[in-house]
Amino acid sequence: MSERQKARIATVWLDGCSGCHMSFLDLDEKLLDVLAQADLVYSPLVDYKEFPENVDVTLVEGAVSSLEDLEKIKLIRARTKILVSLGDCAVMANVPSMRNPFGARAVLERAYLENVTLHPQIPQQVIPPLLKRVRPVHQVVKVDVFVPGCPPSAATIGYVVNELLAGRIPDITDKTRFGA
Amino acid sequence: MKAPLQVTVLQIDGREISAHADQTILQVALENNIWIPTLCHLEGLSDIGACRLCLVEIQGIAKLQPACATRVREGMQVVTRSARLDKYRQSIIELLFAERNHICSVCVVNGHCDLQYLARKLGIEHVHFPYMYPNLPVDASHERFALDQNRCILCTRCVRVCSEVEGAHTWDIKGSGIQSRVITDFDQPWGEAESCTSCGKCVNVCPTGALFQKGKSVAEMAKQRGFLPYLTMMREEETK
Ligand code: SF4
Ligand code: SF4
Ligand code: FES
Repeated sequence: MSERQKARIATVWLDGCSGCHMSFLDLDEKLLDVLAQADLVYSPLVDYKEFPENVDVTLVEGAVSSLEDLEKIKLIRARTKILVSLGDCAVMANVPSMRNPFGARAVLERAYLENVTLHPQIPQQVIPPLLKRVRPVHQVVKVDVFVPGCPPSAATIGYVVNELLAGRIPDITDKTRFGA
Repeated sequence: MKAPLQVTVLQIDGREISAHADQTILQVALENNIWIPTLCHLEGLSDIGACRLCLVEIQGIAKLQPACATRVREGMQVVTRSARLDKYRQSIIELLFAERNHICSVCVVNGHCDLQYLARKLGIEHVHFPYMYPNLPVDASHERFALDQNRCILCTRCVRVCSEVEGAHTWDIKGSGIQSRVITDFDQPWGEAESCTSCGKCVNVCPTGALFQKGKSVAEMAKQRGFLPYLTMMREEETK
């Protein structure tokens, strides 16, 4: 990445628990070092509404579960140079994928019909339609870097971000694992 | 008394090594601190060469051979690490992940699992194959233990320890290929399996979270395997 211009980084939150973002925030004062080298151009932590063009690095938390996730991740892929699957939900679909063996319909019925006493009905608006199967990000779009962990530690995330900002592809195999 | 053993000289990864003629490549490698990944093999149980993780290259043989089930031969030249072997081993582990539902973050053996350990050791940070997401049952009918088919990798360690060491033969495999399942007593619920002595050996040899002690929560189930080589050694002493 060029010396003069600051790198443009983004983070997104698909179907995950926000734990990966919490872990990212756990970088604490080291976040200042990251922000000295890069602008956070889109994130649940900042207030930009639309995912911008020309993003150098995007960290993706969460699996692809809904039609909204699917559309988002395709746009993000098209506008990002290096796409990072951050955490087990992005990398292997993790807990969100536990509905896959019995299907999306069963989840909606459980949440909106079986456990509801007043006007039970499955919402047709606001809640994005669920995909038949929850999938890891790389089974939907090309992913460049994988960082498993539930969540990956702040130290791992810091290492990954700094390596990427230095123009290197990080090797995380001795730093984290599935379920870490 | 056993017959006097013949000594064989072979090469592993370019190193000259002497071994007993009745040893397997895996035994000799381990004795010489050469690591070969294994899953179905467990010291103290018979070897069946099922998981294929321990495949090695042997000069002059086109097909890869399982180190746990191949005996050493004089002059044999074995290679235990190569790009080709790495690729096969990674694919085997990835296929195991894709075939059932492995959600490490909420698994009883998270951090104590042989499959998870090997994934990390072999540098796997994602699975290339599409996941199957089969709908599989959990059998919690036994008073003290439970079986979660979602985590079973069909290594048959439970079957072998129960039959070879405990002598109960409660466990077996039904079906074939991807439909294979471990079963207890002709496919009865484990809690109703009369042959089970509740010794817990199967639980401890199981490499994954498929067999676990009830009451253990996420990451709480660590397996105790020290008993196995000890037991088999004592029995060999007795039968001498
Ligand atoms: S059995 Fe091992 S690999 Fe499977 S979910 Fe549990 S910890 Fe992960
Ligand atoms: S239950 Fe455990 S020991 Fe038995 S075959 Fe499955 S993974 Fe192996
Ligand atoms: S350990 Fe040799 S085939 Fe499984």
